[in-house]
Amino acid sequence: MATYLEFIQQNEERDGVRFSWNVWPSSRLEATRMVVPLACLLTPLKERPDLPPVQYEPVLCSRPTCKAILNPLCQVDYRAKLWACNFCFQRNQFPPAYTGISEVNQPAELMPQFSTIEYVIQRGAQSPLIFLYVVDTCLEEDDLQALKESLQMSLSLLPPDALVGLITFGRMVQVHELSCEGISKSYVFRGTKDLTAKQIQDMLGLTKPAMPMQQARPGPPQEHPFVSSRFLQPVHKIDMNLTDLLGELQRDPWPVTQGKRPLRSTGVALSIAVGLLEGTFPNTGARIMLFTGGPPTQGPGMVVGDELKVPIRSWHDIEKDNARFMKKATKHYEMLANRTATNGHCIDIYACALDQTGLLEMKCCANLTGGHMVMGDSFNTSLFKQTFQRIFSKDFNGDFRMAFGATLEVKTSRELKVAGAIGPCVSLNVKGPCVSENELGVGGTNQWKICGLDPTSTLGIYFEVVNQHNAPVPQGGRGAIQFVTQYQHSSTQRRIRVTTIARNWADAQSQLRHIEAAFDQEAAAVLMARLGVFRAESEEGPDVLRWLDRQLIRLCQKFGQYNKEDPTSFRLSDSFSLYPQPVLLDSSSILADRILLMDTFFQIVIYLGETIAQWRKAGYQDMPEYENFKHLLQAPLDDAQEILQARFPMPRYINTEHGGSQARFLLSKVNPSQTHNNLYAWGQETGAPILTDDVSLQVFMDHLKKLAVSSAC
Amino acid sequence: MTGETKWGCTHNERQPVSSTCAAIWAAPACLPRVSSIQLWWATRVHSPHHSLWSLQWPSTRLSANISPRFPGSQPFGSVPLTPVVSQPTVLQPYGPPPTSAQVTAQLAGMQISGAVAPALPPVGLGYGSPASLASASGSFPNPGLYGSYPQGQAPPLSQAQGHLGAQPPQRSAPPQASTFTSPASGGPRMPSMTGPFLPGQGFGGPSLSQPNHVSSPPPQALPPGTQMTGPPGPPPPMHSSQQPGYQLQQNGSFGPARGPQPNYGSPYPGAPTFGSQPGPPQPLPPKRLDPDAIPSPQLNELPPQQKTRHRIDPDAIPSPIQVIEDDRNNRGSEPFVTGVRGQVPPLVTTNFLVKDQGNASPRYIRCTSYNIPCTSDMAKQAQVPLAAVIKPLARLPPEEVSPYVVDHGESGPLRCNRCKAYMCPFMQFIEGGRRFQCCFCSCINDVPPQYFQHLDHTGKRVDAYDRPELSLGSYEFLATVDYCKNNKFPSPPAFIFMIDVSYNAIRSGLVRLLCEELKSLLDFLPREGGTEESAIRVGFVTYNKVLHFYNVKSSLAQPQMMVVSDVADMFVPLLDGFLVNVSESRAVITSLLDQIPEMFADTRETETVFAPVIQAGMEALKAAECAGKLFLFHTSLPIAEAPGKLKNRDDRKLINTDKEKTLFQPQTGAYQTLAKECVAQGCCVDLFLFPNQYVDVATLSVVPQLTGGSVYKYACFQVENDQERFLSDLRRDVQKVVGFDAVMRVRTSTGIRAVDFFGAFYMSNTTDVELAGLDGDKTVTVEFKHDDRLNEESGALLQCALLYTSCAGQRRLRIHNLALNCCTQLADLYRNCETDTLINYMAKFAYRGVLNSPVKTVRDTLITQCAQILACYRKNCASPSSAGQLILPECMKLLPVYLNCVLKSDVLQPGAEVTTDDRAYVRQLVTSMDVAETNVFFYPRLLPLTKSPIESATEPPAVRASEERLSNGDIYLLENGLNLFLWVGASVQQGVVQSLFNVSSFSQITSGLSVLPVLDNPLSKKVRGLIDSLRAQRSRYMKLIVVKQEDKLEMLFKHFLVEDKSLSGGASYVDFLCHMHKEIRQLLS
Repeated sequence: MATYLEFIQQNEERDGVRFSWNVWPSSRLEATRMVVPLACLLTPLKERPDLPPVQYEPVLCSRPTCKAILNPLCQVDYRAKLWACNFCFQRNQFPPAYTGISEVNQPAELMPQFSTIEYVIQRGAQSPLIFLYVVDTCLEEDDLQALKESLQMSLSLLPPDALVGLITFGRMVQVHELSCEGISKSYVFRGTKDLTAKQIQDMLGLTKPAMPMQQARPGPPQEHPFVSSRFLQPVHKIDMNLTDLLGELQRDPWPVTQGKRPLRSTGVALSIAVGLLEGTFPNTGARIMLFTGGPPTQGPGMVVGDELKVPIRSWHDIEKDNARFMKKATKHYEMLANRTATNGHCIDIYACALDQTGLLEMKCCANLTGGHMVMGDSFNTSLFKQTFQRIFSKDFNGDFRMAFGATLEVKTSRELKVAGAIGPCVSLNVKGPCVSENELGVGGTNQWKICGLDPTSTLGIYFEVVNQHNAPVPQGGRGAIQFVTQYQHSSTQRRIRVTTIARNWADAQSQLRHIEAAFDQEAAAVLMARLGVFRAESEEGPDVLRWLDRQLIRLCQKFGQYNKEDPTSFRLSDSFSLYPQPVLLDSSSILADRILLMDTFFQIVIYLGETIAQWRKAGYQDMPEYENFKHLLQAPLDDAQEILQARFPMPRYINTEHGGSQARFLLSKVNPSQTHNNLYAWGQETGAPILTDDVSLQVFMDHLKKLAVSSAC
Repeated sequence: MTGETKWGCTHNERQPVSSTCAAIWAAPACLPRVSSIQLWWATRVHSPHHSLWSLQWPSTRLSANISPRFPGSQPFGSVPLTPVVSQPTVLQPYGPPPTSAQVTAQLAGMQISGAVAPALPPVGLGYGSPASLASASGSFPNPGLYGSYPQGQAPPLSQAQGHLGAQPPQRSAPPQASTFTSPASGGPRMPSMTGPFLPGQGFGGPSLSQPNHVSSPPPQALPPGTQMTGPPGPPPPMHSSQQPGYQLQQNGSFGPARGPQPNYGSPYPGAPTFGSQPGPPQPLPPKRLDPDAIPSPQLNELPPQQKTRHRIDPDAIPSPIQVIEDDRNNRGSEPFVTGVRGQVPPLVTTNFLVKDQGNASPRYIRCTSYNIPCTSDMAKQAQVPLAAVIKPLARLPPEEVSPYVVDHGESGPLRCNRCKAYMCPFMQFIEGGRRFQCCFCSCINDVPPQYFQHLDHTGKRVDAYDRPELSLGSYEFLATVDYCKNNKFPSPPAFIFMIDVSYNAIRSGLVRLLCEELKSLLDFLPREGGTEESAIRVGFVTYNKVLHFYNVKSSLAQPQMMVVSDVADMFVPLLDGFLVNVSESRAVITSLLDQIPEMFADTRETETVFAPVIQAGMEALKAAECAGKLFLFHTSLPIAEAPGKLKNRDDRKLINTDKEKTLFQPQTGAYQTLAKECVAQGCCVDLFLFPNQYVDVATLSVVPQLTGGSVYKYACFQVENDQERFLSDLRRDVQKVVGFDAVMRVRTSTGIRAVDFFGAFYMSNTTDVELAGLDGDKTVTVEFKHDDRLNEESGALLQCALLYTSCAGQRRLRIHNLALNCCTQLADLYRNCETDTLINYMAKFAYRGVLNSPVKTVRDTLITQCAQILACYRKNCASPSSAGQLILPECMKLLPVYLNCVLKSDVLQPGAEVTTDDRAYVRQLVTSMDVAETNVFFYPRLLPLTKSPIESATEPPAVRASEERLSNGDIYLLENGLNLFLWVGASVQQGVVQSLFNVSSFSQITSGLSVLPVLDNPLSKKVRGLIDSLRAQRSRYMKLIVVKQEDKLEMLFKHFLVEDKSLSGGASYVDFLCHMHKEIRQLLS
């Protein structure tokens, strides 16, 4: 048998699922003692080039409370044409279409390799994708120019039948009508006034006049339910028009006096975008793409006033509850996010500015709707340009790597219940037999809505083992979980992806080693991090840190091998070794004769040590005799390029050297093993000292060990 | 026959009227005492003439022949008609020469002495209620005054009617009519007629050619029946009665002698204005007309005796036409030089040049009196309102120079330190020129060094004639930055065109027409002086229930439309590109104007908003930090959900109730608030209305009214019919020079004070008239009251200072100064009055009054005030004379007739066809009219077209606005500044018809025609030329309506014959005069 590492990898490849524990403790009590909860990271739309969708609909368990989907784990009686649900044990007849079924003639969903399978639903009208650009015009001229070009370019990337709309904002908010010839029309809204969806629709003329005679004429079915909006038009029809329109976009013309910020009505703009789609295209895939170059400065959702002398709230202000507009703004954006999620639309935020833009207040817009949030310095950077371009990248099938309006349903076998999910989703508040009373993340439901997702969108899903200690699971028993994701594919098809997995139960007392070996420390770290972040949303920062510390200590106590009160005896097995301590990303690595490449996901830093930098300056790389030096310099660049190609959002790419101002990106990340506090204590080593008061990993580990072995805890 | 017809008609029409009149006027108590009436008025002729009048008769007559309208002659004429007995009485008054240069003349008054009485029993004034009549009879044998005939005559009338069919009397009627109408000739003739009962006798007159002659001999032949258009019933009686009636009138006025005439009763069946009221019926019942004989029930109800009312010779009462004509002749040739204090200027109807020699031209300021009583007691006694009608930016004829602009540099205009009056010719320099004493408040001020100048031996500054502010009545100062809003020099103003594009506007073709016109019109925005290009920027908005703003920035290839649908909270969606320079953005603007009609061609939106539109315009100006004007083109009641939303609250049932005033009040206070904001921003609103139904002008015009804007209304607008009128108004309105963001302050000498203001403006305190915009047509009427004594020596000074921003964005002060005399004698006051101005004030006063009081109260107030004025004169200035005489001061002899016109105007006495909107509209218009406009508006001009030789280049002399003056063989133009009619008599020569209308006969003329065909013949050219010149004189384009005699449309036309009774109940001139007399007598007794 392959190693667990391989197993984990395989499972991830096939099902897009990684569990913190791959062997499950069989009782509730045991499970809680594991410290790290039984949970998984699910990537619902994991790219599966080898998985062509089947063109029929799934077969459901007939028990109304179950409705699990037929899967390879079900027991099938080929002769009786019956199958037993592996979740509720209901026996179900196969539908008529399955009459030809037999051991040798199995439908795909019964084959073990199709633990993940995708169905295409043929029913229902297909609605085109919708892209609504919400563009800040309070930008510097070149920034706006760059943004306009990006937007114009994007038109060529959109599916031709996609509907596109444009809202621009500054002091006012303009909703552009795209259908017209000649005069370009836009509806203008005050940037300071919050409007209800109804008002917005009224003002945009989207509400149809009441038809008093409707009864008399039994409704002729509306031919084009979508043509109603003059503001959203198929790209192929209006791309020329829109290109011109974008080309003519001017900076916000209202004068900005000295000492003021431009008045930026982001809150209202977003509200109108949401209201517009809400009224016209509820429950069809739509992206609201907000491009903003600064903080909202007026109206609902304002983050800072327009007086430049009052700086935008800092972290310090927020901690002290001194951020004047934050609560109100956050509430506004949350309200919008929730409405957007209810409508099944998603919001992307592309914020490019050197100062803050208020993403903190707006984050829920992306978080709850599965939108992207991209932060850059300027729209005139490749970071933004390429990231934006990458939104419209296509997969091996030529389909956009995006999906919309998904609902994720999680079904569990009886020993398990669903505690919650953490990710770009909102609860659908569906209570079922498999919903736990204890909530981790967004709980109280086993169904969530994910308005926008792509092949990398990943949710953390947390479970609770409910099996009582005194009712052990029979030896060899397996727990099963089914993930059912219904979504609108970028081809506008409705699809259902079903992943059914099973894991072994183990008795934690007798088989702790098994469980320990099946620990996926990477997944666990991420899942715990998500929990920490989730808690941080509602709890005080220090409390969350303390909680994280406690969890770590408890884990070490549980799985470490040590002698009581003897820190030096502390050992962790391989499967836990990385959990507390990721990398030797240490200041001691910064040496004069090294080139470092650091990838922090959002940043890629190439750092040339002092000597290397001098060599390069001297031009050795250009001398034939030092070709190897040239290669040395080139190698990290190539690696970085490789990362840059695939990463979304495009990371900040930093090429720097010893003493360079940008070296700060490296120095801020490395483990401060050498600081100004201990510089001389370390003596002979020649790493770079980091000017920080943070403790180094070594110190941290020492403390951890001490606490883990302490009986006081 | 003309005569007959006319009479017939007149009677019919008057009939209902009379009853209303009675209702208004009836003051029963007074009746008894009036046994006779003599009307007198003072003329400028010296008193000797009066006393000698009978001796001079021949000469008067002579002069009458020369100048047919000589006014003095007419009255006299009537007197002789009185029976011999009465004559002496009549003469009596003349005995003592009237002190104040008055000429008294007896007006058709019936002098009935007790002795004579027996003959007169029937003469009743008709004012009376029966009760009063009765009581009257106690003391007077002939109480009936006008209505004297009643009892006795009724039978004859019926008799007459009975004959009707067969009766030939018609024949005689015309001649009578002619005598009646021929003023000058009538006069002289009368005497000869006195005795005779024969009607024929008097008719020598007709042959005299008089402009006023209505009758032309030949037409008489027509049978009465054919001519009668009126209800079948009434006419016959009239005809039959006419003849006698006629005589009656003429002769009847002379009273007793006529009494016996059997025919008397018949003549005026319809007439009894005064009597119809409560009183008459009771005493009369037995004497009623035979119902069988008179089919019209209405007629039946009229007490016969009242029908005799028309005893007064209409020719004998003061004639506006004559007064105007005289003033033209006397004062039109010499320039009016303003150097002398307290000079009464020529009438507004006279063309004259003005030379500014220290006082403001009457084009800028006219006063009700140029001689102000020194004390408030005097003023109260006289009741003559002291008011000035000020038109600060009045346009001047090309021969006169507009005010010089004085630039005092950074120091700004020199002002009195205390009262802040501006330097003017009346300031007194003292101490060798180092100081000056303020002529308003007497404060002594230092002369700043840079302004110092030596005085000459008369104490006058040596440079007085080099400095406009020291030598002229009107001049301008360049304002310094201190006079500017926010201490910033203003930017040039902007015009914003805001066009309703709802269904109605599109369908009527308005939008297309307007857009097409604007393309060229924008080249003619007002500019200052010799500048090539107007500094004014323009912007465009269209709207229905949402607003569409347009970005027409010159750099754009296409205009951009920005829709604002948040009408509840209006704002301006763009700044840059909304207001643009026309020449820079021409291509974009043209493209926009081309596209607007297309864009909305298929609109089905019928609802509109209104207040948000103004709000938007105002906000746009605010954002651009400039003043300006909004041109709103609006079609319908704004019922869409928005601020200022209105509902249809038109309710004719409210008329003549205490709630009638609500029809004039705005429906909501929102517009006042909005107007206030507009004024603060210097945003003037001109409103063009194109309603198909009620739009609530009263409410919609609030903002234009308070911002110094204009309202134009084109009911049921159709491009084909109304295009020319609208475009002409629009062109004029857009091109006219406007002052923006103005404040006007009127300062006066200590002793009087400006207390009340009328016009289109806003006031936030009691002294400053704030005008978001002020154009050359707008007038502010200011009323003064005493707060102290005035000094006869120093007189009273007015200084009107207008601070405004010119079209080019220059901040200026325009100063007008006027020095008036002060008097201690009431006679001086009356001698220096100007009735036209008085009427202007009184009309405005009354028109404002209807907002707060029932219309009846307002009318009564006017009548009372007028009576008081005249009574005061009678009491204090006129020589003692019989109470039966009505004596009018020369300067006010037209006051009754004009006042009557005001009283019966649509606002104060609406006819059935007058809509609530029309009334509100007119009310609004009058508020800012100048004296010339109110003059012609209330007393329309009626011009006969074929009387004068075609070759004559001058305007034909006008005739009085009465049906009696119309000859059915002639064509007339009637205009009142708003309306223009061409009335075609039924017997107009075919050749005339052909040359004017290009049709062969009267019957082929299209009634209601609004354009005369362009024909190449002298008559056509002349008439069209005349029409053009009339239009050119008026600030609004008058749409022509061709009215054929006896056509349906004629009713409309007759509405403007203001000397006649009106359908809506307005009294005839004669009736009103009698009523006024009665009121005066009541006051005097």
